[in-house]
Amino acid sequence: MKLKNKQPVKADTKVRRTEKIKEKGRKGSFGRTLKSDGAFPYLCLLPSLIGVLIFFIIPFCVIIYYSMVDNPINKEFVFLQNYINIIKNTAFRRAALNTLTFSLSSVPLAVVLSLLLAMLLDCKIPFVSQFRTSFLCPMMVPVASVVLIWQVIFHYNGVLNDFLANFGVDKIDWLKSTKGQVVIVVLFLWKNLGYNMILFLSALNNIPKDTIEVATLEGAGAFYKFFRIKLRYLSPTILFVTVLSLINSFKVFREVYLLTGDYPYDSLYMLQHFMNNTFRNIDYQKLSSAAILMAIVMVAIIGALFIAENKFGEDVEG
Amino acid sequence: MIKSKTAVSAKKRRGSLSKKGQKILMGVLTVFAAAAALIFLLPTILTMANSFMSASEINANYGAIFAKTEEGGKTFISEKINLKFIPDMVSFSQYYTVLFKSPDYLFKFWNSVILVVPIVIFQLAVASLAAYAFARLKGRLKEIIFFVYVVVMLMPYQVTLVPNYLVSDWLGILNTRWAIILPGIFTPFAVFLLSKIMRRIPFSLIEAAKLDGAGELQIFIHICMPLCKSALFSVAILVFIDYWNMVEQPLILLSDTSLYPLSVFLSQINTGEIGLAFAVATIYMIPTLLMFLYGEDYLVEGIAYSGGIKG
Repeated sequence: MKLKNKQPVKADTKVRRTEKIKEKGRKGSFGRTLKSDGAFPYLCLLPSLIGVLIFFIIPFCVIIYYSMVDNPINKEFVFLQNYINIIKNTAFRRAALNTLTFSLSSVPLAVVLSLLLAMLLDCKIPFVSQFRTSFLCPMMVPVASVVLIWQVIFHYNGVLNDFLANFGVDKIDWLKSTKGQVVIVVLFLWKNLGYNMILFLSALNNIPKDTIEVATLEGAGAFYKFFRIKLRYLSPTILFVTVLSLINSFKVFREVYLLTGDYPYDSLYMLQHFMNNTFRNIDYQKLSSAAILMAIVMVAIIGALFIAENKFGEDVEG
Repeated sequence: MIKSKTAVSAKKRRGSLSKKGQKILMGVLTVFAAAAALIFLLPTILTMANSFMSASEINANYGAIFAKTEEGGKTFISEKINLKFIPDMVSFSQYYTVLFKSPDYLFKFWNSVILVVPIVIFQLAVASLAAYAFARLKGRLKEIIFFVYVVVMLMPYQVTLVPNYLVSDWLGILNTRWAIILPGIFTPFAVFLLSKIMRRIPFSLIEAAKLDGAGELQIFIHICMPLCKSALFSVAILVFIDYWNMVEQPLILLSDTSLYPLSVFLSQINTGEIGLAFAVATIYMIPTLLMFLYGEDYLVEGIAYSGGIKG
């Protein structure tokens, strides 16, 4: 068993080595390859680059400018005043706090639960492909279509309260109380676990089998193998899934909006609601400072995650 | 000596989970997975099942949820909500009404199609060219540009919609479909995914093609594209589902509600003609579910490739 495994691995490293050599050779003759490549690759990049510049980068720079002047007509430089205003704004605070609470509770859950699902499908149970299909299915169902059923389930007179009444639990108005956050965490997990699970499944498949086998022979228990070996190989994927879930957690507005409309219960008032309402009276200063504040926070969080992952997974990469 | 001892103990440990024990464990895990699968599938199945109910049956079952508290309504609405798996009588009347009697929903469906299809096609076209460039080019400048793309990709709609709104305003395309389509085409998501896949194409293949006298364009069309066929398909599915679901963009970039796609409009019929809602919801699922049915393997492959930002 072990021997059989080893041979393809060896062949693989050989291929990789030759590729590396080639890569080096290519780098060495950079000028020449560039010449023979011609301008074609640059031309290929052009349409996309122009589009990204026009629709994202240039207006973003203008927005930075807008966020630092007092109004679009007067254009007096006020530096951070708009940012101070937005941070003091109660609606923005509520929206930011709600979004933060939601992301902080849903992202870790999404990572852990999808890893568990992936490990479940990784232990050679029957019907794996059918299970995979059904876990992945919610991702392909439009939010708007399935929102009806969520309403039936989470309504005050709905199915969930009916069910809980059997256990003597009092009725809860799920969507119009502080429990609203619980509901959207559930909806978020329902939709996103499948995608994350696929990422973890492919990462689990890529863990070198002989490392695990050596550990088993050396008498390592299942827990040791998981925490000390597998988790380290999984760490880049954990990072990716965390970042992806974070980005997707901002999209939960879709569910909230379709369930509760423009003015939901306080605990469900998300950043996108704030933006929508600010767009309605087109306050460029408010909009641009809010957008840039969010962008900075996103970059900071993702940067921190990268640094953490680099420290944790150092010795297994490459 | 020591090694052999540990090996023996390991064997013992493995032995302790006898075949019988392992079978029971597998059984438990399978049951657990099946229960989870049921939860994942149920909402979709329920929506479909309910679309075959007649209007009166839906009113009787779910009226309490969707009815507004109007005094003196004609129909009696029970307080209780009955979630039903199987309709009392299978009826296609809802579909008949949606398809032949109330063209509004079909218009909104068409709105969705006319927004999403151009985005998917042109995003793929622009992105496959750009991805090819990123896979072929080397050097610092390329790395910086790619990094900028990744940062743009990571930004949520709350951030990117403000620049989009600004540009649409400048170009005078606010409140037209272009305001959604154009930024959609240049969203860097597909570039990122495709360039990760194209980088895996062995350099020797391109080198060989060059020796045979193939030009860059020929290499792109005849070598790169065929090798990326399944990747293109999976990216197309991912982009399609994301835009088929869009809510944020139309709310902000379109003020004319007649241009709204069905994804936004569907929530607005809930209160009115609830009988139709399930049928419309099911119709709206069909394109994405069909894609899933035919393209699941491509999709899984594409998702697996997307892992790892650093790539």
